[in-house]
Amino acid sequence: MSMKISDKKFNERIDKGIQDSTMREAVSTAQERLYTRRLAASEELGNWEEWRDLGEQIRQHTLENLDYYLMQLSENVTKRGGHVFFAKTKEDAAQYIKEVAEKKQAKKVVKSKSMVTEEIEMNKTLEGIGCEVIESDLGEYILQVDDHEPPSHIVAPALHMKKEQIRDVFQEKLGYGKSEDPYEMTKFVRKILREKFLEAEIGVTGCNFAVANTGSICLVTNEGNADLVTAIPKTQIAVMGMERLVPTMEELDVLVGLLCRSAVGQKLTSYITTVGPKYEEEADGPEEFHLVIVDNGRSEILGSEFQQVLQCIRCAACINVCPVYRHVGGHSYGSIYPGPIGAVLSPLLGGYDDYKELPYASSLCAACTDACPVKIPLHELLLKHRQVIVEKEGRAPLAEKLAMKMFGMGASSAALYKLGTKMAPTAMMPIVSGDRVSKGVGPLKNWTEIREFPAPSKERFRDWFDDHKKGGGK
Amino acid sequence: MKVSLFITCLIDTFQPNVGKATVEILERLGCEVSFPTSQVCCGQPAYNSGYVTEAKQAAKNMIQTFEHVEYVVTPSGSCATMFHEYPHIFKGDVQWEERAKRLAEKTYELTQFIVEVLKVTDVGARLKGKATYHTSCHMTRLLDVKEAPFTLLSNVRELEVEQLPNAQNCCGFGGTFSVKMMPISEQMVDEKVESVEQTGADYLISADCGCLMNIGGRIERLGKSARVLHIAEVLNSR
Repeated sequence: MSMKISDKKFNERIDKGIQDSTMREAVSTAQERLYTRRLAASEELGNWEEWRDLGEQIRQHTLENLDYYLMQLSENVTKRGGHVFFAKTKEDAAQYIKEVAEKKQAKKVVKSKSMVTEEIEMNKTLEGIGCEVIESDLGEYILQVDDHEPPSHIVAPALHMKKEQIRDVFQEKLGYGKSEDPYEMTKFVRKILREKFLEAEIGVTGCNFAVANTGSICLVTNEGNADLVTAIPKTQIAVMGMERLVPTMEELDVLVGLLCRSAVGQKLTSYITTVGPKYEEEADGPEEFHLVIVDNGRSEILGSEFQQVLQCIRCAACINVCPVYRHVGGHSYGSIYPGPIGAVLSPLLGGYDDYKELPYASSLCAACTDACPVKIPLHELLLKHRQVIVEKEGRAPLAEKLAMKMFGMGASSAALYKLGTKMAPTAMMPIVSGDRVSKGVGPLKNWTEIREFPAPSKERFRDWFDDHKKGGGK
Repeated sequence: MKVSLFITCLIDTFQPNVGKATVEILERLGCEVSFPTSQVCCGQPAYNSGYVTEAKQAAKNMIQTFEHVEYVVTPSGSCATMFHEYPHIFKGDVQWEERAKRLAEKTYELTQFIVEVLKVTDVGARLKGKATYHTSCHMTRLLDVKEAPFTLLSNVRELEVEQLPNAQNCCGFGGTFSVKMMPISEQMVDEKVESVEQTGADYLISADCGCLMNIGGRIERLGKSARVLHIAEVLNSR
């Protein structure tokens, strides 16, 4: 699976999402639950705004010194006997992992949840050489069993599904015979996965944060699956986006706290583990450890006007509060990165050809910016995309460009504006009935498709005020 | 106290009653109200669509218009937010950044001005019925005015204010979003209308005419009964 998850056009994807009432119910229920939990968790911690400031500072400091910390990380992983590979492109990353698998003659790979492995299409590449790749995160496993359905959310990949649907998928694909009780279904999957963990020759994880000064990889889960992925197979591969690191354990502490509270409203998730190459004196650990650091367009973002998007710690708080995501669901974004963060990131990593509509799929309500634990100004970055699309890319429709030119003229000249508003009642007369417009034309057409529009008032406020000051207007 | 009104293009053209109510409230509270007639639009429609050059033309006109007044008050959270955005838009522009900052510092949304500057929490209004309040996004999150409207509404005699479910969610207006992304906007406004209905309110009150045109227009189209009112109209009712 690549970043792009659909060949359908934006409007078709949106319509499909809107018509899926089961998905929408699942999404809105989840949003409300996660919203309440996140607020409670941040309140419980106290001084939330100060924690956010600290989180932002840590992320910005790391990005500003990314070359230094990446080098430090790489040195420390190597010193501990691990292998580090810097992948410029997603193809380079997938190729490297493929070569490791070939060298190990691996047939079975088990992995924990990771967005960056989706981004580099790792599963497809490994399956291409005959490896069985098993997702061990429950949500990802459900989707894999369900004909490789793409994730609709970056933390809870199967958030769009209801438990009854999951039961049906298990029944059809795995011969599951019990109820839709989450406990029973989880027990069923657990049994299957236990075998897979024991059989796998390679374990692949993502990386929530790499710690530069220790060369460790921190993994955050609630299922403990990443711990089994890293404890059992003899060869381990961790794949990380090149921005996902912290200087020391001290900063890790702050960011993990922000991540857990923002993502799922927990102080900490059930399992927070740091892994890496085996130290010489250690009895357990992988025989071989690889760290794949993926660029895939990130260094282009670094130093650009969009740099702040790299602060992201993938908590999905922005997705969980987004009113657009609420109604269209994750798949409508056409990218593995949905919601506000996806609308900013997808055009940067995947280009405007595929994702030029996403920056407009926001009412700029700023709920995302408000929720972000590391203070990424998401709605401002969406605006920036719009500016780039209009001013640098020149992709705006001609009619819109003309309208905005006229707007610029009208809005900077009081005389023109006054004339325009004075003429409005007459100009709009043909489409006005009573005090409203029910069937608009031009830009009003889409407005009146679904709502009434008020007719312009015969007496403008400025006319009344003039009278009022003269002692006439009441 | 001398107050200069930034009335917004929507109110000037479509909802002059809201403007009248604003003037009457402020005058009753002892303000001397002026209306600089060279004011046009704040530039937000262009800015939010990515047309920064055009937005700057509008912004420069507004900065000049209000350059020498003491306070700028506007009955719109979103348009007040746009004035507060000006310093950001002109960042690094030696000629305009400072002037933009001065404008932002003296610009207040109406309820914010009444509570924070005039230090009044009861304007002596009376309105019989049950109401619910829509917290508009820009006013709440970007201008950071959260309490003032509720403080003032809680002192309106005979008015019962019921909490709107999922009040944090945008109503789907978003300026050009409402037409550009109409199918999504429709879902958002429908949910908002449903939430209003759930409260059983007679009135839906807000401090932004954009949101009110959106929610009110949908309520009318669907033939629902709640009436939308700008908070200035409520605070001016006797």
